[in-house]
Amino acid sequence: MPLPAAPGIGFKPEHFAAIRAMRPDLGFIEVHAENYMGAGGPPHRMLESLRADFPLSIHGVGLSIGGASLDKAHLARLKVLMDRYQPDSFSEHLAWSSHGIFLNDLLPLPYTPETLRLVCDHVDQVQEALGRRMLLENPSTYVLFAQSVIPEVEFLNEISQITGCGLLLDVNNVFVSCHNHATDPRRYLADFNMKNVGEIHLGGHDAEELPEGTILIDAHGSPVADPVWTLYAEVIARCGALPTLIEWDNDVPEFQTLMAEAERARAVLNAPQRVPEPAHATC
Amino acid sequence: MPHAEFLTQFQAALMGGALPDGVRACTLRPPQSPETVTEYTLSPAQTDPRVIPCTAEEVTRRFDVYRNNVAHSLSRALAARFPVVERVVGAEFFAAMAPIFLKQSLPQSPLLLEWGKDFPAFLDGFPPLAALPWLGDVARLELARGAAYHAADMPCLPPEALMQAASDAGAARLVLHPSVTVLASRWAVVTAWAMNQPGATPAPLPGNKPEAALILRDRRDEVPVQEIGPGDLAFVAGLHRGETLLQAAAEGQAAEPGHEPAGILTTLARRGALVGLHMGER
Amino acid sequence: MSVMSKALILNASLACALTLAAGAASAEGEMEKCYGVALAGQNDCAAGPGTTCAGTSTKDYQGNAWKLVPAGTCVTMETPNGKGSLEPIAM
Repeated sequence: MPLPAAPGIGFKPEHFAAIRAMRPDLGFIEVHAENYMGAGGPPHRMLESLRADFPLSIHGVGLSIGGASLDKAHLARLKVLMDRYQPDSFSEHLAWSSHGIFLNDLLPLPYTPETLRLVCDHVDQVQEALGRRMLLENPSTYVLFAQSVIPEVEFLNEISQITGCGLLLDVNNVFVSCHNHATDPRRYLADFNMKNVGEIHLGGHDAEELPEGTILIDAHGSPVADPVWTLYAEVIARCGALPTLIEWDNDVPEFQTLMAEAERARAVLNAPQRVPEPAHATC
Repeated sequence: MPHAEFLTQFQAALMGGALPDGVRACTLRPPQSPETVTEYTLSPAQTDPRVIPCTAEEVTRRFDVYRNNVAHSLSRALAARFPVVERVVGAEFFAAMAPIFLKQSLPQSPLLLEWGKDFPAFLDGFPPLAALPWLGDVARLELARGAAYHAADMPCLPPEALMQAASDAGAARLVLHPSVTVLASRWAVVTAWAMNQPGATPAPLPGNKPEAALILRDRRDEVPVQEIGPGDLAFVAGLHRGETLLQAAAEGQAAEPGHEPAGILTTLARRGALVGLHMGER
Repeated sequence: MSVMSKALILNASLACALTLAAGAASAEGEMEKCYGVALAGQNDCAAGPGTTCAGTSTKDYQGNAWKLVPAGTCVTMETPNGKGSLEPIAM
């Protein structure tokens, strides 16, 4: 079952009591796979309870799909988790985080024919091992690489086409990366293969002043920024309602604050404004 | 350059080495045609008015975001695992110490909940902490709590099984819940830990008071830390080794004359820490 | 006291202890889980780090612990290296 085209939230254990007490109207709940790979204990108790009450999305942050090779032991752990909780969606990032050691960040890779083959091979391995289609998320990036010869959107669209995987469109990541690289986020979104998008992410970013100008950082510690809401509303107006996650990982707010963000997404999903399609948009 | 080599370069750069080949900031390649989005494709070409030239300093500042993300996120992960250590040394000291530990003990696996096993020994040997020789044991206690929190779930023994064990303590071997750990310290480690819990007020501690701790995850899923005496410590350690109740009780008495195991056994049973019983040989 | 009689006494004492423990085990029954949040600041500390897919804008990756002294809470303990945790250490 795909996720419902409704707002969801990224789960934080500090919100567990509020979720149990309030039974909020949420399309789904998303958790980070790696936090539920311990043998037992409260994390599993919480996830079992959430699973019983909500559609579930499991979002990996440690598989390092953009790395040189896939960590088979980690893939096996993921398989155990998926078999146990049978989530409605599994997603990971177009990024790498391990190369012998685990660096705990989503790091960028050059987009070349070689890395395209590599990432496709890794996505194939994941989909085969898990016996299901996965979604791949576009990253926030702060640097580019001279050796990149494939535009990021094209890279993602190609992976999706070759492997059959779906895409996870993080609108905040689009805004952050496009700002950082002085490109047009509307152009990026127009080129994104929306037909294959299974979920949208929205999160807050920070701005850092550098001598040469402002750099945006995907910090997930604040409300979604207004321009990101605008881009999101345009995407929904163009392509229809999609499962939409509010991510808030740092400086976690009161549950009500997080729910207010989810309600804002619901308002967009329920009342999409038609907007003119960009010349070459794909949905 | 093969991807693996690029990753090696990038990783070395994160640790303070030179930037990887080809890293750029804000350099755009002019579109070849209006239909193709090539903004993300890079080239040194600077003919397009939208191309923003970038200096080496600018590229470094951009790359520093990744250096910072890695160092900061791992440092905070370490602090999350060892909150009492951080409280004792202070946030500023901890933040400065973490990168030194990271250099020698980066996580091998994406499972951060398993990371940090080397941290107590690092604290033991870190010269600026020489006046806090007990801090490593506080870290061991915190590590044991983390392991207990994430330990496997096991149903506890029914009362009948304990009655069966009572019928022949010389043959009965109790299996402890995977969360159970005992920790013996030369220092007042339990007191030091307890007085650095949220809301507690630290006070001077006796330096010559050895303490031992029983750590487990109880039936409410809480992870209490209980100070135990030398008899209880030897008894639980005996059970851990798979000894019979009688052997373990004898070791309890050897460690602490007159030791009675009733108290610790009741504690273990009440908290759901007795999960298996074997009668006879192992 | 002989080894045998010691064992007998221990056996009796253990039988008694196990009976008590059995009572404790049954008295508690199934307990409501606290889901790790009942005691704020206690269980969540045991949980350890959670993952994040976010970055940080805090520029703090530099720092020199060798020049710092621990300056946290005022736990003092008499140790062979001297008193207290908060005295500056001559390096």
